[in-house]
Amino acid sequence: MAAHKLHFSVLLTLSWRNLWRNHRRTGIMLGAIAVGVWAMIFMTALMRGMVDDMLSQGIRNLPGHIQIQHPDFLDDPSVANSIAVPGAEFEALLQRLESKRWTTRIRVPAVIASERETRGINLIGIEPAAEDDVSGLPALLSEGRFFESPLDGGVIICAKLAERLETRLGKRVVVMSQDPDNNIRERGFRIVGIYRARLPGLEEFNVYAARDTMQRLLRIEGRVSQIIVVGEDYREIEPLYRQLRQQAPPGLQVRAWYEIDTYLAAMFNMMDGFVLVWVIIIFLALSFGLVNTLVMAIFERVREIGLIQALGMRPALILYQILMESTLLLLIGLGLGNGLALATIIPLQDGLDISVVAEGMAMMGASSMLYPKLTASDLLLANSVVILLGVLTSILPAWRAAKLDPVRALNST
Amino acid sequence: MSAIHCHQLCKTFHQGDEIITGLDHVDITIETGEFVCLSGPSGSGKTTLLNAIGGLDTPDSGEIRMGDLRIDQLERGALADMRLHHIGFVFQAYNLIPVLSARENVEFVMQVQGVAAAERARKARAILTEVGLEGLEDRRPAQLSGGQQQRVAVARAIVSQPDLVLADEPTANLDSVAASHLMGLFASLNENHGITFVIATHDKRVMAYARRLVKMQDGKIISDEAQ
Repeated sequence: MAAHKLHFSVLLTLSWRNLWRNHRRTGIMLGAIAVGVWAMIFMTALMRGMVDDMLSQGIRNLPGHIQIQHPDFLDDPSVANSIAVPGAEFEALLQRLESKRWTTRIRVPAVIASERETRGINLIGIEPAAEDDVSGLPALLSEGRFFESPLDGGVIICAKLAERLETRLGKRVVVMSQDPDNNIRERGFRIVGIYRARLPGLEEFNVYAARDTMQRLLRIEGRVSQIIVVGEDYREIEPLYRQLRQQAPPGLQVRAWYEIDTYLAAMFNMMDGFVLVWVIIIFLALSFGLVNTLVMAIFERVREIGLIQALGMRPALILYQILMESTLLLLIGLGLGNGLALATIIPLQDGLDISVVAEGMAMMGASSMLYPKLTASDLLLANSVVILLGVLTSILPAWRAAKLDPVRALNST
Repeated sequence: MSAIHCHQLCKTFHQGDEIITGLDHVDITIETGEFVCLSGPSGSGKTTLLNAIGGLDTPDSGEIRMGDLRIDQLERGALADMRLHHIGFVFQAYNLIPVLSARENVEFVMQVQGVAAAERARKARAILTEVGLEGLEDRRPAQLSGGQQQRVAVARAIVSQPDLVLADEPTANLDSVAASHLMGLFASLNENHGITFVIATHDKRVMAYARRLVKMQDGKIISDEAQ
């Protein structure tokens, strides 16, 4: 054990001193590792932030992390596939949930007509008191007011839709849909609010009305299309999801966001793989420099390696010494790269304004502010890949150094 | 007891299509405490014999024994251990590890042997004083003269009291004064510590210190005389 400690000490001394034999080469390599690691962490944080934003926006637009609805509602989102407003027992269950943020919604296809234009829309009946927690609609209002009660007689439409209908705040519109008996039901509404959509392409056709007003219009008193439940974090909804699946009344379908929108789910699942591929690509570029540095460092001291072999250093110890040298180089580079990444990510925590490309971002479902998201797992991944693959790449040059023939090494020029 | 016994050692090298004879059925026994010089012109086989005895090179055939140990049959790791514990080397040049100080170079072998730090430091200080390098312990090789570097190499070779010191042209890069000092040091270490020296050289001043002179030519021993 003591001998191993002494070996470690002599190997460490040799490795550290050899590392600084050629300051310029070591400095360049450290710079390359640091920039590579910075690129891994910084770009991953940007990508993670962008995808997280796209997912959050997408989930908010669904809305909710979990939806409870009629089993046929997804295939035919008509008023015929409505469910009863949660009874006392189910309401008690929802109240007991870890997240108490839930609401009910009515969602039907409808037609809206102004005095000039007509458009097909999604007519959404909401509970005004709970909506802020679910979709954040009140905060998006750019003109007018939010609903004052479940029986409010107004509608809230998107600014883009108002433009298309050639109408404005305070004007009246007519909304038409069908009741469960397929009778056309229509009603005049006053536009009481106009909202700016976060994702105009997706939200443009969402028209909001108060839930109870819609129940009366569609003659579905006591019924809704969906129960929307929002957890703390969309990534960690499994316990909530399981609990709801087990305890929801029979005849209701409970679906998580990733089952409702498979595109968002695919994006979420791809992200980790994408980060790994990104990190490995940067490492591959880095590894050429690393191997070249080691090969040069070994090439320059072949005679010295012959000498330490002659003095009685076992080949395995020579291998460990070269690997230790590489590990030290990687650790210092990692330290610098991590520091650089933190120094650039922390100041951007309040968001990076990318409004120059806002339209493009909106098409992808992301907002014009980008919030870099640094996670411990991404940091760990970047550092582990660099250190593990770095040491692995160093094995070949180290092994070749350990296998040098002492006589040839001593006679080399 | 004999320090080294070589029997019918043969070694050839390939240089392109040409086969060069390094050792040609060499028989030699070196007793403990001897001070032997291997002399002869370049290519006579003295360095090849030294390398074979030191386990740096393996013969094509024949036996090399150090006590009961068959050096020619050891694998690389065992050869390294044998050199570490039984043999000290002094080469013509590039003898020291450039990133270590004189003291650290001397301590290096002991450190690999697993000697404790305090004992290493005590022995290194004592041996550096004995070879006349007191006060220069913390200098790196580049800060020492050629003669001083060879002294550090000698100190490192003998500090762990090996059975045998093998020196290959140790004075080749030294001026006559430094060479004379070095050989005086070898002779005194041989006399005072009983260390066996085998020195390969074609320097007549070095041969003058030898108590046994082995002359080689074309890989063969052509004369072996006590002086």
